[in-house]
Formats: sequence, structure tokens, C-alpha cells
Amino acid sequence: MLTDFVGVIIDGTSYGAMLFVIALGLSITLGLMGFVNLAHTAVAMFGGYFLVTLVNQLAWPFFVSVAVVVVVIALASLVLERVVYAPFYRATALDQSLLTFGLMLMAGGIVHYFWGSSQQAVRVPEYLEGRWYLGDLSISKYRLMLLGTGMALLALLNWGLDSTRLGAMIRASVDNQRIAASMGIPVKRVFMIAFAIGSGLAALGGALGAEVLGLDPAFATRTLVLCLLVVVLGGAGSVNGTFFAAMLLGICDIGSKYYVPEFGAFMIYVLMAVVLLYRPQGLYSLVARRRAA
Amino acid sequence: MKPRLRSCLASCALAVAAAHTPTHADEKPLKIGVVTEFSGTYASAGQSIESAMRAYMKLNGDTVAGRKVELILRDTGGISPENARRYAQELVTRDKVDALVGFNFTPNALAAAPIATAAKTPMIALAATAIVTEKSPYIVRTAFTLGQTSAPMATWAAKNGIKRVFSLVSDYGPGHDAAQAFKDAFTAAGGQMAGEIRMPVSGMEFAPFLQRARDARADAIFVFVPGSEAAIAFMKAYNERGFKQAGIRLIGTGDLVDDDSLPAIGDVALDTVTAHHYSAAHDSDLNRAFVKAVQAQGRKRPNFIGVGAYDAMAVIYAAAKKTGGDTDGDKLIAAMKGLKLDSPRGPISIDPATRDIVQDIYIRKVQKVGGELYNVEFDKIEAVKAR
Repeated sequence: MLTDFVGVIIDGTSYGAMLFVIALGLSITLGLMGFVNLAHTAVAMFGGYFLVTLVNQLAWPFFVSVAVVVVVIALASLVLERVVYAPFYRATALDQSLLTFGLMLMAGGIVHYFWGSSQQAVRVPEYLEGRWYLGDLSISKYRLMLLGTGMALLALLNWGLDSTRLGAMIRASVDNQRIAASMGIPVKRVFMIAFAIGSGLAALGGALGAEVLGLDPAFATRTLVLCLLVVVLGGAGSVNGTFFAAMLLGICDIGSKYYVPEFGAFMIYVLMAVVLLYRPQGLYSLVARRRAA
Repeated sequence: MKPRLRSCLASCALAVAAAHTPTHADEKPLKIGVVTEFSGTYASAGQSIESAMRAYMKLNGDTVAGRKVELILRDTGGISPENARRYAQELVTRDKVDALVGFNFTPNALAAAPIATAAKTPMIALAATAIVTEKSPYIVRTAFTLGQTSAPMATWAAKNGIKRVFSLVSDYGPGHDAAQAFKDAFTAAGGQMAGEIRMPVSGMEFAPFLQRARDARADAIFVFVPGSEAAIAFMKAYNERGFKQAGIRLIGTGDLVDDDSLPAIGDVALDTVTAHHYSAAHDSDLNRAFVKAVQAQGRKRPNFIGVGAYDAMAVIYAAAKKTGGDTDGDKLIAAMKGLKLDSPRGPISIDPATRDIVQDIYIRKVQKVGGELYNVEFDKIEAVKAR
């Protein structure tokens, strides 16, 4: 009984960590920059496909490929930000949604054209395959790596936003663009960097998550819902909120599928409805705001 | 709207019937409308179907009873009842096809069934839910049903030392059929179900369901998922959960380790025992010719969907020969009933009462043959009726 429960918690937190990595970039662009970027999971999808190409076809080492994918996509997103996104920063949320939703659909088509419709299998290095056993309990090495990555990102981003110059500039630009600019902060460049970081995180999430979520041209559409759930639950723009929400969703989803499989994937939507009813601003945003004030 | 639609259908039917009455039109091509998916997530199924039908024409000639055979392809893009219905209607009214082939998704087949009835056009459906052939007297099935493959799997398991089984199936028609047929046959043979779970059909996260099944400590898990994407994701999650170390066997229907997805699944699949009607490794000259003809078109190898399409052509050819090239719908259907054919999968026949396929079901195990993974058949149950 207890081992079942601990098993569910282990699976849930590692699943949650993956959701965290994928949703984090969305939380940054949506929350900090106020831009509705529905194409976020499309960027993640490209992360996955680039990884597959590097690892499976060019036989590059796994983590080197992940690093290359993240850097390349972050840099490529700078172009995308200037050409496509920047003109829409002041547009309405509806315009932004339509633009980025269209981009997401196009991404599906592009991926289908170059990689085909079938599922791509990521070749995972041997040391990440299999499970570690602890009596009756066991955890997959890959998921443990995801959990570690999630924790590291949580710490890194908290530190980055709270204690670095760039973090302070991002927060200032978000709070009031005009005053920030008048203080000599290069707002435009700060947004570019924030966007690149968000895209890089998306690529990281897609690259690492492809193994667990499955990678096919429908990846972007399928995971967008999960990402939005995490961001809405956690409160956009809050790194800690995103983390809590991802963990909560991960554990609830795995737990409900394990204990009440008849409900299947339904439970996370109930959770979302309940949270939105009682705390429409998300779980964590209140705390975050109070601290910021 | 309804009466208007009905009168429209009736006039279609009249038009088609009129087109069929003269028998001196032997020079007219025999047109076959193929309604399946050539784009989208399931595009590989459509490609399997087309390449198998072309393989049949290559091996048996592109004329039958003095008439040239012509394929007209329509792309539904996936599970899309509206498209399937619209294309079926266009094909019978505008293109005046003599038979419809395809419909490998149950919703697509059900949507098009009334068109076949109204136009009196034989429709060879490849969908696997039991009820499909009941929906029109003009539907013939050359594929398989889940009951047909799941029940023999259960009987074999019970005979081979598997006493408790946990069943995991996708939560939609074919999954329900598979779970029910397996449970009935397994308990009747003295086995015991350790538990049953229906998994969301669109979900790709199988871990918690697998963990639940593993914790039930059964001798084996019985699995049905709808092939390709789902099968690859499922096998990956299965590999991760350490079933082999725990001594829990994996059994299922052949969709799980389909010839199309087997290379992508990889060595995890080794030793998986499944029951199905077709394997590209089936040992016969006819099958070797079929595999070669498909591969000659640049396809990797035919799979269970392909063999259904191949036999759809075989059934149409055989029926047209029997009627001497007359493609009146009623005559064709009458000719199809009771047909006995030699297929790349082995002997098959069309049950005259149900218009459903009767075929041998093989028990197979995934093994390496010449460095590649194949489902190697090692046991069979003869002449299993669809159910």
C-alpha cells in the first residue's frame, strides 16, 4: 500500500519535472513579457526533432546534442523574435494567439514534410536506460535525470531573476517599460534575451521530454494543453508557481491514472477547474506579487 | 434536411443502377474507389493500403474479365467520418465506381455504410470493430476483427501456463471488443483476470497504467493499442517498467508489434507473443511474392493493413470473374459471399451469412530474422470466424 503510494509520488514528481521544463519558457514569455506565445510547444517540438537528428543520424553524444539544440534554437529565436514577434508586442491577446497558433500549425506541417508522419524514437544513452531498484520501489534513470534537471533549473532561474543584473533588468522592463528605458535599460535587447531564454528552455523541454511524451508532428498541439494548464495553475510569470503547478499536476495525473484509471486523464481538468474557481490568478502569483511589492 | 438527403441518395442510387444495367459495356473500366488516409498522423496506413492494392495488380494483371481496373484514391486525412462519407458519395455518383475499398477506421466505415446501401455498391471495409458488416448488406470485410484475434490469444495463453492476466486496452470500440473477447475466452479456459484497465485512446503517457498492471503481479499482461504511434510509445513505457525482470510476460494482438512499427520499437519487442492474421514473415510463396511486390514500390514491407487491402482486390477480381465482368452491385455481393481464396496470410473465405472474413489466426513471437525483427509464426488456429 505504502510502496504503491511512494511509487506514485516518484513517478508523479518526475513527470511533473518534465512538465516544468517544457512549460517554464511559456511562463516566462507569457508572464514576464506579457506575450501569448502559443507556438511555444512548436519550438519544443523542433528541439525534439533536432535532437533526434543529431543523436540518431549523426551519432552525436546525447548531452552535447541537447546543449547544441538549446543554443541553436535560442539563437534562431532571436531572428524570429525580431521579424515575427516584435511587431506584435503591443497587439491584443487575440491577435497574438492567432499569430502564434498559426505558427504552431505551420510548424506541424514543416516537421511532417521533413521528418514524416511517424513517431520518432530518441536514442537514449545506455547509462540513462533502465531503472534503479530500492527494494520494491524503482525509478527510471531517465526520469530521475529529468527531476534533477527540473530542480537545477528552478534554482538557477530563481537566482538569475533575483540576484543578477540581467534578472533585475528583465523585472524592471516588465514592470514599466518606459521608466526602465528612461533609466537607460535597453528594453528591446532585454526582451530579446528573455525571449531567447524562453525559447531555449522550450527546446530543452522538447529535447528531453520527447522520450517520455512521444515525438510526432502532433507533438505541439498535444502538449500545448498541458503547458497552458501548468502556466494557468501556477500563475504566469512565476518560476516557483510554475514549479508547484507542474508538480501538483504531475502527481494528480499519475495518481488518478493509477488509483482510479476509469477517470483516466480527466482528473487534471477537474483540478484546473477547482483552482480557477477559487484562485483565478493561479496558485502562486499572489505570493509572488506580495514579495515583489 | 433529412428527407432532402434521402431523395438525393435515392437519385444517386437510381443513377448508379442505370449506369449498371447494360451488359455490353465491357470496354468500360472497372473503377475502384479507395477512401483512406494519405496524409496526417495515419498516412502510413493509407500508403500500406495503396501499395498492397498496386502489388495485387502487378501480380495478377490490371484487367479482370476483359475490363481494365482503375483505382481512384481519396484522402480522408485520418479519423474523419464527414470526409469518408462525402468521398464515398462523390465516388459512387460522379465517378460511378463499381466498388469502394478502404475505411480502416470504424467511424469512417460507419459513416459511409448508408452510401453503400443506397447506391448498392459493394464496400470492402478494413475497419476492425465487430459491428461494421452489420451496417449495410453491401459491406464485405477482408481485414480482421479484434474478437477474432483476441480470443485465440486467450486460449493459447491458458494452455501455456499463464493463469492470471491483467488486461490493458485502448478505450474505444476495438479495445472494448479485444478486452471482452479475451476475458470471455480466458475465463472459459480456466484463467483468471487480475484486473482490467481502459487507457485513454489519445494519451501517450502509459506509465501509471503499466505500473498498476505490474503491481497486480499477474503472470502476463494482455495489451491492445491501435498500432503505430501508440504501439511505439506503449512499448517504450513498457520497457521502462522492468516487466521482464519481474517475470511478467507480454501478450497481445498483432497491432502492438505490427510489421510497420516493429523496426522503430526495436529489441524491446523481442519475445512478445501476439495473435494475428498476418506477418510479413509468413512462410509461403504467395507471401514472398507479395512482400517483394510491395518492396519494389519503395515501401519497407507490407503489414496487416496491407494484406487486408490486397485481399480486397482479390475479392473484387474473383467476384468480377464469377459474374463475367458484370459489376451490378447485387450480383457482385452475391458472388463475393462464400468466396474461398488463397491469400498471402493463408487460406481465407468470406462467410456467406455475415460477409465477414474467416481466416487462420497465428500465434507469433518477435524474433530476429537476418538481423531484422519479425513476428515469427509458430502456432495457428484454423478458420476462425470474425466476431
